[in-house]
Amino acid sequence: MSAERIFRAIFVLYLAAFAIYLFAPLMIMAAAAFNESRFPTVIPWQGTTLSWFSTMWADETMWQSLWTSLLVAACVVAVVVPVGTAAALVLTSLHARARSFAYAVMVSPLLTPGVVIGISTLILWRQLGVGGGVFLIVLAQSTFIICYVMLMVMARLQRFDRTQEEAALGLGASRIMVFRRVLLPFLRPALLASAGLAVLQSVENYNTTLFVRGFETPLTVFIATKVRTGLTPAVNALALVIILAAIAGAVFYELARRRRTA
Amino acid sequence: MGELRTRFGTGLSTVFLVLVLFWLAGMVLAPNLMMIDYALRPNLPPAALGGPDDTYSLSNILYLAGEPTHRAIFIKTIWASGLVALVTFLVCYPIAFWMAQRATVGQLSIALLLIIIPFFINEVLRTLAWFIILSYRGPLNSVLMNIGLIDAPIRWQGDGGVLAAMVYAYILFMLLPIYNAIESLEKAQVEAARDLGASPLRIHTRVVIPHAKAGIATGFVFTFMLAAGSYVAPSLLGSPGSRWFTEIIYNWFFEGGDWNRGAAYALVLLVLCLTVVLVTLRLARVNLADVAK
Repeated sequence: MSAERIFRAIFVLYLAAFAIYLFAPLMIMAAAAFNESRFPTVIPWQGTTLSWFSTMWADETMWQSLWTSLLVAACVVAVVVPVGTAAALVLTSLHARARSFAYAVMVSPLLTPGVVIGISTLILWRQLGVGGGVFLIVLAQSTFIICYVMLMVMARLQRFDRTQEEAALGLGASRIMVFRRVLLPFLRPALLASAGLAVLQSVENYNTTLFVRGFETPLTVFIATKVRTGLTPAVNALALVIILAAIAGAVFYELARRRRTA
Repeated sequence: MGELRTRFGTGLSTVFLVLVLFWLAGMVLAPNLMMIDYALRPNLPPAALGGPDDTYSLSNILYLAGEPTHRAIFIKTIWASGLVALVTFLVCYPIAFWMAQRATVGQLSIALLLIIIPFFINEVLRTLAWFIILSYRGPLNSVLMNIGLIDAPIRWQGDGGVLAAMVYAYILFMLLPIYNAIESLEKAQVEAARDLGASPLRIHTRVVIPHAKAGIATGFVFTFMLAAGSYVAPSLLGSPGSRWFTEIIYNWFFEGGDWNRGAAYALVLLVLCLTVVLVTLRLARVNLADVAK
């Protein structure tokens, strides 16, 4: 079967090309942070240095934008987790017909381009006299991040055994107590995971944030501006730190998930 | 609603409903209605608001149809986004098939982890990575010149660069739905087709792809929507000759100072995306409820 062999060889080549396509850009970007060259590249290698990390560390505006991003992310989590959970609970208590309509409405922000979400939020709030800034960034980002929370909570709710609630009620617990002591503890893993996802989505958002940022400069806007106005490997140093944090987050998330399901 | 109240009591269910209404009415519906309102009104100085000129018309939307540059960029954004979705599909399909049908459990978990890692890194950084690779004095040109394939550096930035970075950015949105769809295909079906003498190509076009249609449609819809609505890739990797529709919209807001026209353009983009989403899903007979999974 030589045709089979050739096919296999082509496929292995494809796998290798895919892996290179996936990781070469990130590796080159990371490696360029250690190159002395003023423009971030790996060829030619002009000497190994750590100075770009200290350049970035000393950059006041970077800290300012990091702070803005973290502040926004914290506010987004405070909005999206309660609202997303409420949406999931309301949706699962609807009857079949109403549910599929409500569902379509509730996932529609996921199918709306990010720029449109930013623009429509900006326009509405200008009518009310509020301009771009942290408040609008939080609102605009929350509009679609709520969908993710809702979907994650709904997935968890499907495995919930309603008889637990009934048992607690039968034993004399109030409805609020049942919610706090039975349902919320059951949802806890989904709530924590969705809070993590919300932070990630918020910090990495650019398309929506760009339109509602006002005079604020969150981290993604800071990086994009640097790319346009004067890219040095200091930005790569920042990128490398963010990448390592993201990988640590991914591994931590995966470990937590495996421990839960085990 | 009745069920919500019997389950959680009046107090809690009111809180839930208020939160959901705040979201759907205040954050989804009202902004979109206001955007439509803006799109249909002329751009007037504050003094003329509410005056005789302040009437609804389609002139902002018709302006797009009449302005040749903007119209060309709009049409180009449509087909280029379709091209991004198509190329992403071609890149993802073989690996999705391999993961779903051929890979061992160990290979699969490694592959999933490796594919997900780049997507924990944000779109701006992924675009930055391509900016560096494709830059005039960047690694790609250096390598090609060193091995003698080209004599002088090539300007990659422009349509090609935007395509490469967008495909890269949206792989996961295409790969996961297709993988999920192919995974539910019985391996026996592929084997039966082979035993009956079907060629590999025929197995894919007649057995695997029809089975994975819903997943492919979902991946296509997301990729198209993300590409058409992307700002970061075209703004960092594009050239003056490769402008994207979102850049025009941005200019109306922050450089042209005509929010009404900007709103009209954004509305057109929204309608375009929703049309593509609904038509594609209808063609593939996919329920909207299955997309978000």
